[in-house]
Amino acid sequence: MARPVPRPDARGHFGPYGGRYVPETLMAPLGELAKAYDKYSRKRAFRNELRDLLTHYAGRPTPLYFAERLTQELGGARIYLKREDLLHTGAHKLNNALGQALLAKTMGKERVVAETGAGQHGVASATASALLGLQCRVYMGEEDCERQRLNVYRMRLLGAEVIPVTTGTRTLKDATNESLRDWATTVRNTHYILGSVLGPDPYPRMVRDFHRVIGEEARRQMKKQAGTYSPDVAVASVGGGSNALGLFTAFLDDKKVRLIGIEAGGTGDALGEHAARFSGGKLGVLHGTRTWILQDDDGQIATTHSVSAGLDYPAVGPEHALLKDQGRVEFARASDAEAVAAFHRLSATEGILPALESAHALAHLEKLAPRMGKRATILVNLSGRGDKDVESVLRWMEQHAPDGAVTHGNSAATHPAARKWAAPKTGPENEDGADR
Amino acid sequence: MSAIARVFDRCRDEKRAAFIPFLTAGDPDLRKTADLMQAFVDGGADIIELGVPFSDPVADGPVIQEASQRALSSGTTLSAILRLVARQRDRLGVPIVLFTYFNPIHARGVENFAEQAAASGVDAVLCVDLPPDEATEDVVPMLRKQGLDTVFLVAPTSDKQRIKTVNAMSSGFVYYVSRTGVTGARRELPKELIREVKKLRRRIDLPLAVGFGISTPEQVEQVARVAEGVVVGSALVKLIGDHAEAPDLAKKVESKIRELVTPLGR
Repeated sequence: MARPVPRPDARGHFGPYGGRYVPETLMAPLGELAKAYDKYSRKRAFRNELRDLLTHYAGRPTPLYFAERLTQELGGARIYLKREDLLHTGAHKLNNALGQALLAKTMGKERVVAETGAGQHGVASATASALLGLQCRVYMGEEDCERQRLNVYRMRLLGAEVIPVTTGTRTLKDATNESLRDWATTVRNTHYILGSVLGPDPYPRMVRDFHRVIGEEARRQMKKQAGTYSPDVAVASVGGGSNALGLFTAFLDDKKVRLIGIEAGGTGDALGEHAARFSGGKLGVLHGTRTWILQDDDGQIATTHSVSAGLDYPAVGPEHALLKDQGRVEFARASDAEAVAAFHRLSATEGILPALESAHALAHLEKLAPRMGKRATILVNLSGRGDKDVESVLRWMEQHAPDGAVTHGNSAATHPAARKWAAPKTGPENEDGADR
Repeated sequence: MSAIARVFDRCRDEKRAAFIPFLTAGDPDLRKTADLMQAFVDGGADIIELGVPFSDPVADGPVIQEASQRALSSGTTLSAILRLVARQRDRLGVPIVLFTYFNPIHARGVENFAEQAAASGVDAVLCVDLPPDEATEDVVPMLRKQGLDTVFLVAPTSDKQRIKTVNAMSSGFVYYVSRTGVTGARRELPKELIREVKKLRRRIDLPLAVGFGISTPEQVEQVARVAEGVVVGSALVKLIGDHAEAPDLAKKVESKIRELVTPLGR
């Protein structure tokens, strides 16, 4: 059952946030898009077709998994993982890409463009386009293309054209700039599949709504598997914030559930070393929306850093900003080192490689779970799988922890499993060591 | 009557369109920007569009993106640009339109900015990523209160309702974006441009300036037949970028302006 959600006002404002801050060329097209979305998202035929695709093509519902070994190891609350990593293409992003691609096709558009950071939204858009017979072009920062080579090739296999973006910081922010420029030029036959709860209205609410299914399923699954609709805490990583709103929206009215979003803490507190908008940002306007943004005193957008390409972005979704003001969602941060340690821990304890984005949410468990009672429950959105990140993690370990010890002040950081992965020189015989 | 309105009145008396060249402030540095603005005036500019560099210029093509990067690399800030305008405005004797993205203004507070801009002698503000819809409640009243004109854009995609909104919220002039897309020179103007401008002409009460993709005297002439103002941007920014270190940069720019205004009978 769909639950009431705090919708933005008629012009897409979430309180003082959101809106449509775009060049005039895109204003009428955004109006048309909003109208089409409002119309078709209520039509039975559209909803049925999307549900059918999500079920039979994408693999919904995704499982809810009780992570027993992780729970034991952290020694506190019972940890449940919402397995979006098992969705087709390996991340939650496909929910939105399928929804928007279907909408684009329904609107008579022949072509789509998309921006991508980690590559997951690009892969999801390329996949949906292949399935629905749309031309697809994906803009990806050159630095991200290097970090995520495999995803670049995946997109090309799927028939998409991948354009490396060489301007600015060569990451997600610049890929978004290029997508907006492309769209402003081709808007008559092209739809822009924006990949997060960001950008001008209607994107923040549309992307949220296409992802709401995550939390709606998880709620029912919690009831069935844990005996309650209401976990004590729900945790998700927040780049733009789509996987977080996908999970949180179903719990917003359930005040028993504490909601925590985790931003990328990167390597430090200085501007340029992290992507934690709520602790280091200021109110501003970027990519069509008014929200918290990492910027300098002169209003120039700052560079950001995160080991996870998908969180490496200077702005946060406007609805998150409102939910923070209302005290409904709390925000915390996890550093690169903490995320990498959590990546290792889940891999070794549960046999699940999490995406580095999701690893930020998992990192927070290390602080949270041990302080909670053994009957308490935590629901985590495992938003994507980590195969794409294996190379990044290996490189990170070689640079930061050549002896395999990820030292960052907590026990998880020196999980023995980390050593094996990071010290290839020790040879295969060490793999049979005492760590298991 | 604002200085901008007076310019358009004078041009109407002279039965010609106003010429409005654009440059990015601080490209290659602010000292040269002062010389280049003087060259614009000497060459025949009626109004100057002064671009505020921004890290993420989504409405601009590669030429102005690169200029913005060069300007930011040389340490250009909005405060320094306003100080430059304060020093130059009276000497130049032509109105200055600040062409900017919204965030640099937002960062210092709109009211604060409006006071500083007006005190510096800025005549009008055009925020390329601030449609009138988001500006009616605070931005437009705050700018107008300081006597600044508010220029908004109309695009080929704008429908009747949007054109009406832009018409209502603009002062000084209305800027018509000649093509769906970003800034940058093109070999040819869109075929439907003249027809579109004529149609729009009937719905806009203010003078209409046309820009985006205009780069040659021939194109200036074509546009000047149907509009009250012609904006040339990327073609000049490219010239400045290509000859940034040339000792005769200002002379080169001045003669380019002369060439471009020839069809206007200046």
